[in-house]
Amino acid sequence: MTDTVLPGSAVGAQNRERVRKSLTRRHRNEALFRWAGILSIAAALGFVAILFGMILSKGLPSFWQSTVHVEAFFDPELIEGGPRPELADFPSQADYQQAVNQWQRAVTLSNWNRIVETALRAKAPDVEIDSRDLLELVTSAARFQLRDMYFANSDVLGQTVPVSILASANTDNWLKGTINRNAADERQQLAATTRALADRFEADGTITFDFAWHIFTNVDSRSAPATAGLAGAFMGSLYMMLVVIVLAVPIGVASAVYLEEFAPKNRLTDLIEVNINNLAAVPSIVFGLLGAAVFINYLGLPRSAPLVGGLVLTLMTLPTIIIATRAALRAVPPSLRQAALGLGASHNQTVFHHVLPMTYPGVLTATIIGVAQALGETAPLLLIGMSAFIANIPAGPLDSATALPVQIYLWQGNENRNFFEARTSAAIIVLLGLMLLLNAIAIFLRSRLEKRA
Amino acid sequence: MNALVIAGLLLVLLTVSYQVGWSRSRKLADGKDTRLHSRPIYHGVLAALFAILPAIVILGLWALFSQSVTNSFILAQLPAEVAQRQPFEVQAAISRVQAIASGYGVIGEPTPAEASAASAYASFQQLSFLGVIAAAAALGAGGLFWAQRRIAPRLRARSEVEIFVRLALIACSTVAILTTIGIVLSLLSDALRFFSFINPLDFFFGTTWNPRFQSTGSGSAGEYGLLPLLWGTVMISIIAMLVAVPIGLMSAIYLSQYAHERVRGVVKPIIEILAGIPTIVYGFFALVTVGPFLSGLGDLVGINIRATSALTAGVVMGIMIIPFISSLSDDILGQVPRTMRDGSLGLGATQSETIRKVLLPAALPGVVGAVLLAVSRAIGETMIVVLAAGNSPVLRANPAEPTSTVTVSIVNQLTGDADFTSPQSLVAFALGLTLFAMTLLLNVLALYIVRKFREQYE
Amino acid sequence: MDVLAGKVKVTSKTLDQTMNPAELMDHPIRLTARDVTVHYGEKQALHGISIDIPDRAVTAFIGPSGCGKSTFLRCINRMNDTIDGARVGGKIELDGEDIYSTDLDVVELRARVGMVFQKPNPFPKSIYDNVAYGPRIHGLAKSKADLDEIVISSLRKAGLFEEVKDRLSEPGTGLSGGQQQRLCIARAIAVGPEVILMDEPCSALDPIATAIIEELIDELRENYTIVIVTHSMQQAARVSQKTAFFHLGNLIEHGDTEEIFTNPVNKQTQDYIMGRIG
Repeated sequence: MTDTVLPGSAVGAQNRERVRKSLTRRHRNEALFRWAGILSIAAALGFVAILFGMILSKGLPSFWQSTVHVEAFFDPELIEGGPRPELADFPSQADYQQAVNQWQRAVTLSNWNRIVETALRAKAPDVEIDSRDLLELVTSAARFQLRDMYFANSDVLGQTVPVSILASANTDNWLKGTINRNAADERQQLAATTRALADRFEADGTITFDFAWHIFTNVDSRSAPATAGLAGAFMGSLYMMLVVIVLAVPIGVASAVYLEEFAPKNRLTDLIEVNINNLAAVPSIVFGLLGAAVFINYLGLPRSAPLVGGLVLTLMTLPTIIIATRAALRAVPPSLRQAALGLGASHNQTVFHHVLPMTYPGVLTATIIGVAQALGETAPLLLIGMSAFIANIPAGPLDSATALPVQIYLWQGNENRNFFEARTSAAIIVLLGLMLLLNAIAIFLRSRLEKRA
Repeated sequence: MNALVIAGLLLVLLTVSYQVGWSRSRKLADGKDTRLHSRPIYHGVLAALFAILPAIVILGLWALFSQSVTNSFILAQLPAEVAQRQPFEVQAAISRVQAIASGYGVIGEPTPAEASAASAYASFQQLSFLGVIAAAAALGAGGLFWAQRRIAPRLRARSEVEIFVRLALIACSTVAILTTIGIVLSLLSDALRFFSFINPLDFFFGTTWNPRFQSTGSGSAGEYGLLPLLWGTVMISIIAMLVAVPIGLMSAIYLSQYAHERVRGVVKPIIEILAGIPTIVYGFFALVTVGPFLSGLGDLVGINIRATSALTAGVVMGIMIIPFISSLSDDILGQVPRTMRDGSLGLGATQSETIRKVLLPAALPGVVGAVLLAVSRAIGETMIVVLAAGNSPVLRANPAEPTSTVTVSIVNQLTGDADFTSPQSLVAFALGLTLFAMTLLLNVLALYIVRKFREQYE
Repeated sequence: MDVLAGKVKVTSKTLDQTMNPAELMDHPIRLTARDVTVHYGEKQALHGISIDIPDRAVTAFIGPSGCGKSTFLRCINRMNDTIDGARVGGKIELDGEDIYSTDLDVVELRARVGMVFQKPNPFPKSIYDNVAYGPRIHGLAKSKADLDEIVISSLRKAGLFEEVKDRLSEPGTGLSGGQQQRLCIARAIAVGPEVILMDEPCSALDPIATAIIEELIDELRENYTIVIVTHSMQQAARVSQKTAFFHLGNLIEHGDTEEIFTNPVNKQTQDYIMGRIG
């Protein structure tokens, strides 16, 4: 039997030959494998690029909205109710309030549409256009805008004041070209005369594309989609984040400290640790069910309240904070603990004065990242009733509210797809911007704190 | 205004008691030249605790009961027949009195009865408030007095304070534990109530999902078969894995085995961005971009792919899961000892051969664990499916058709007015229970496998 | 000389290792290294190493830890290529071919120059599959019978066959430390290399396993060129015919083992052998 592995023998030379023969095939396989790796990375990066590209390209134009600049004449013949009542004229506060309410009702019932129409016609006196078609040019909230100006200052009665009114959503679609400008008349949302007027106003500068600050300052609106904004959602999300920070951080850190430093190491605490790890992986919708069953049904808290949303999100963020704090506690070198104990510190003192401060960077980072994640959660909030349309800014954590991601969900379902696709993308840009900011703060703070430590 | 006074009271109690405790303990130490067991700061804190806790208890009781006490008082001032009226009329009468008392007034003239009731109420308000403040202050002072008497060099103030702290910590820990129990209990109880309406066998093995809402007025109870939903969930998860595992695993392999440090440093964070994007954004992306794209692609090839379908949702979910698999696989590959790689390379293997024949088989349990965790994530995902999968809970084999999942159905059944006694709403809890059990099982299995894998290399 | 002899036990076995000039003719130079330098990033680990390695003999690299012996060893089969930021300069030739030339396929090189590592690293596969790994990827066996033959003969050569012949399908990681290392040697042999590099192969093993491996090395040198890095001077004295002393990245002295240990030329070498440094 020839020894197949001896070098220098004939078989040895045969081996070398066989190795050489295998080389081309193997190097080709190697190249293919590498290319598969590069393609995978390219695919992943490509997805990121496409996603962001789509959102930016759809959303950024939404930040500039067509605005009509006119001069409005507060015609005394059209505005009823006279000037605002004075407190001094009434016996009690309640009577005064009643008078004010009556005055406001009268003012509201005035024909503001006429005032709007007059102002618009003044900009194009020669155009023949139906009143209704003309008013389609601007947002239906125009009349409320002028009325609110009068509420704020009834001295404008009889005066002509420059006003900027948002064009309606359909006008905006037309001017931006997000709908097919060549489609037949029956498929268009606006009458032909309105469209022609819109084009003319854009040409002569009556309509300009102004930065849409109202996206940040207005609340949502069904009747006047052009004016829809995120203010309500912002405040709702803000209240929820406050609840999360105020509750999740102390409870989470305290639990972690107790479980890691003080609790006896037995089966029970092991079980608890396993439980908490599992909680971190439970789908968010299950937490929503918990919120619906316990907070809404059993405890009777108001639906759609940021407090309830905040409580649900707190429960979701708690495991993250506990796990991060425990990891940070474990990372503290035992030499530090022993040094403190050796100096005569009690267990409590060791933990609170020496060990815990070293965990601050890790805990802070975990908190901010947890809050950022909670900011983007939608499903549990839908279950506790936040999917309703809310038209006010919540005054406190117990008022009905919505949240940024829920607002995005509501907007994407709106029938005026052309307008709201862009709007939803804009809202997504705001949400992602916030999350990016939070993450950046987390990274910045961590590097600062770690430098100091 | 009241709040300020209360805050002021508590603040005063706090600082005074702390100061008293602190200075007394120091005096004791200095005077007799004895060593205190605990530093003055702990005596101060202990005294503060003794003072403030009774005060808080009083204030808390007042907060709980003030409403009903006030209401009874006002009703007592009004003519007897007022209390006999409807509840909301009674409440309105009480509010009127309160409005008059506060000076805001009511519309029109108040009746003499109301006016006198209002002035009585005003004085009651002041007196009761003062009384509560006085009681809180008195109890606080009493607590302080008692604490101060206990102060002695031997007093183990620090230990007592530490006991308080420990109790507070335990209270916080129980919240975390209660959450788990709460989830399980709430799901279980409501699910069990559901099963009192619908036979569990019909639920778990039924093939039709057609819950009737009460507003449609039909008498039948509706059908609650889980299988179409379960199938939808499984189908979408499979599609998601088909996208995520190859791309995620190969990316991890390339980044950890082939790429330069610098390339890795840039590419890895970018891929991680995919993990941070909220799922509602993915859902929107699926609806607006991926759906029409796939539909157009289908038209090119001649297959009918609906814009909202299992395929759309699955593809986008896969994209979302890529960083999950990529980063877990990267960790796992990194745990395979370098000597194994060196041994293979030393024998003349190419890098791909080393990866395919040595590293991957060695890392396989870990990778399987990672995939299981990813599947668990996919199963529990809601928003992508809500927006992009259509809404068709029918048992179908074609992924290009719309479908529905367990999570979507939970949302559908509970949004709007949820009446927690009807099967339409309770089914959401049965679904939730099923979901919870599935993900729990997968997670436990995955962690077990990963732990076994880690032990191998320790 | 007696003092030195006391430090390093010069047994008859050691004397047998020496080669007389006639024997040297049968052992032509296999590997030549000229001015080899290695940089890890900014740091220079090797400064101009030049040495000849004779065929079918054991050459030992000795020196205190961190002095570059393993680094140089890894240059010979280009394992330093796998380290990010490592740069190799100078020339190394195997049978007259420059191993760093772009014409030379590193895969083929590693099939000719095998390596055994400090810590035994069997793959988490069966014993059979461990040994068969190399032949499989290089396509050395045309049939299952061929492969079986290669595996069995490699195991025999490594002195492991008798111990494992009944359990070839059991995992390689289930063996004892010494057995694992012999498995790794078998695995390296199965590819049919001409040179076997050993990087402190016994440092993780107990004395009995070490002795077995040293005997194995002695047998293997009849057919393979062996270069062994070792921490232990005694081991170098026992197994090698040629010894090279490294210190701080420099090759201080090299020559016949007996000469180095009994009559070193360089003072540093002398200090190391006397235990004054390292």
